[in-house]
Amino acid sequence: MVTIGESVIRPASRLRFILDRRDVLGSFFVAPAILYVLLLVGVPFLMALYYSVSAYTIYDPSWSFVGLENFEDIIDDPVFRQTLYNTFIFTFGSQILGLILGKFGALVLLRRFPGRGFVRAMIILPWAVPIALATVAWQWMFDSLYSVINWTLIALGIVARSDAPNWLGDPTLAMLSVIVVNAWRFFPFAIVIFLAGITAVPQDVLDAATVDGAGFWRRNYQIIVPMILPIVAIGLVFGIVFTFTDLSVVFLMTMGGPVGATSVLGFQGFQTGIVSGDVSHGAAISLFMVPVLLVVVIAMLRFIRRREI
Amino acid sequence: MAAVLTRDIVKKFADVPAVNGISLNVPDGEFMVLLGPSGCGKTTFLRIICGLEKQTSGEVLIGGEIVNDMPPRARGVAMMFQSYGLYPHFTVRNNIAFPLRTQKVARAEIGRKVEWASQLLGIGHLLERRPRQLSGGERQRVALARALVREPTALLLDEPLSNLDAKLRASARLEIKQFQQRVGVTTIYVTHDQVEAMGMGDRIAVIDRGIVRQVGTPSEIYDDPADRFVATFVGTPPMNIVARSGGYLGFRPENFLPRDMINGEASTEFQFRVDRSEYLGSERIVYGAIEGFDPDQVITAKLPPAHVAEEWIRPGEWHAFAVRNSALRNFDKDGKRSSRL
Repeated sequence: MVTIGESVIRPASRLRFILDRRDVLGSFFVAPAILYVLLLVGVPFLMALYYSVSAYTIYDPSWSFVGLENFEDIIDDPVFRQTLYNTFIFTFGSQILGLILGKFGALVLLRRFPGRGFVRAMIILPWAVPIALATVAWQWMFDSLYSVINWTLIALGIVARSDAPNWLGDPTLAMLSVIVVNAWRFFPFAIVIFLAGITAVPQDVLDAATVDGAGFWRRNYQIIVPMILPIVAIGLVFGIVFTFTDLSVVFLMTMGGPVGATSVLGFQGFQTGIVSGDVSHGAAISLFMVPVLLVVVIAMLRFIRRREI
Repeated sequence: MAAVLTRDIVKKFADVPAVNGISLNVPDGEFMVLLGPSGCGKTTFLRIICGLEKQTSGEVLIGGEIVNDMPPRARGVAMMFQSYGLYPHFTVRNNIAFPLRTQKVARAEIGRKVEWASQLLGIGHLLERRPRQLSGGERQRVALARALVREPTALLLDEPLSNLDAKLRASARLEIKQFQQRVGVTTIYVTHDQVEAMGMGDRIAVIDRGIVRQVGTPSEIYDDPADRFVATFVGTPPMNIVARSGGYLGFRPENFLPRDMINGEASTEFQFRVDRSEYLGSERIVYGAIEGFDPDQVITAKLPPAHVAEEWIRPGEWHAFAVRNSALRNFDKDGKRSSRL
């Protein structure tokens, strides 16, 4: 036997087990999501930043830098200030109403009654129905001539036919209407959040409170609500972010009217930037959402961290 | 503080009976242990006493007053739960103060009582912490302080030691017992652990499938069990029971001795075939069968000290064993105690 050379033990290829490494596999799985966010959120956001300091319109697509002029313009505009105010009223109004409906809905759905499963399934409908369809139905309910709400109020003798409310024609009532519709859309989500939270409260704690002498209200507001607050706060962060940036209900139901009484940031940004083609002012309007939402989210997350139990 | 009395408590869930007619009398200041296997209805019974469950029929009396229709808060009892049920979002101080706040006790009085209860249980230094920052033993004390702070008519404890490790359990047992004697509160203590029951109870009620099998002092329960269930449920290893014409014969493993250990007293002899021997350090337990009875019936013997260190009795051997007649227990064919020898 002739030995030509020492037999070489080849080390296993480094690439062969590369997917067994957690760090590699992890980045591999996360990559699509990051790419998605970068392309569809990051790039448009940077473009918005850029447009907001330019004089770009679709009629004059020049890229001239104008500094903060666009922001000065919109802040000076009383219509914009009204819109900003509306957005807060719309967001917090519909969130508070949605939370109240959610809390009571959850309490009702926690009780055993015949047909509970069916009701639980149905309650999700406002969330599942396409908002465009639902809003058409609501529009009919708020219609100045055919309103079923007014018909009921008149039939019950609460209002006279002559001064029946014009829901979408009166500025205050129009805001109330869009808030109600948005809360109606949001409350199934709130119910789910509350149900998840309340079910997670240990029975021993509730029993202890009962034996310690707490009645229904005290159990609810001194034990259950504080214990589920972190969960509810997370739901609220989502709700605020979604509502603050949303324009669908307003767009479909009132078009911001009457005379801008229900115009919100998203709607005005869309109208100015896309419909009217004034891209730079539209971008500036939309960017107003960023600092507000940033403050809200940071405040809520800090609160949640502190309340963690 | 008050006596607790129940008459014929029945509780059915749908049609399944959980409690099947329990009448129990717990005098003022007594430490009563409800002992039984899991699912025997003892916890349900406790929840009925405090009002968390409503009995299907029967009456609950606390301090001589029928409380059937009173909500838990009006009954004045305190309950401590298996997992303690502390309020996680409150500090220890607020946990202990909660039962007083619901009673609308004056603020200064609350402060004083919280101080008193926390001193009593040695948790004064923990008042500003939250439950999750406490160890298991500390949580248990906080739960006990919260139960006692409003000086309840009766204290109900539902397996309070089951979440503690074995070492802590022994000291907590002692603590609860001493504490109960000091405060003198009527206590009903639910457990499935016979060591807790024997060590702590003034009296024990053995419960099985929703009925009370026997109520008695620990020594009555152990020495003179009312039926086969009590005989085999209490004691480790349990009492040996062998079928005999028209009934059963029972004897405790520690009374089943090598014949030469019995001097003079009237006794009954058995031929014992040893199958297995376990050395447990402080004791030696042997398993086997006795001649003339069912050969598959495992008989255990706890050997006397002379046999522990050295293995005189080995597997495979036959030995002459005996039981003093005074230690034999007879049960009739239904398993009830039939006579005392």
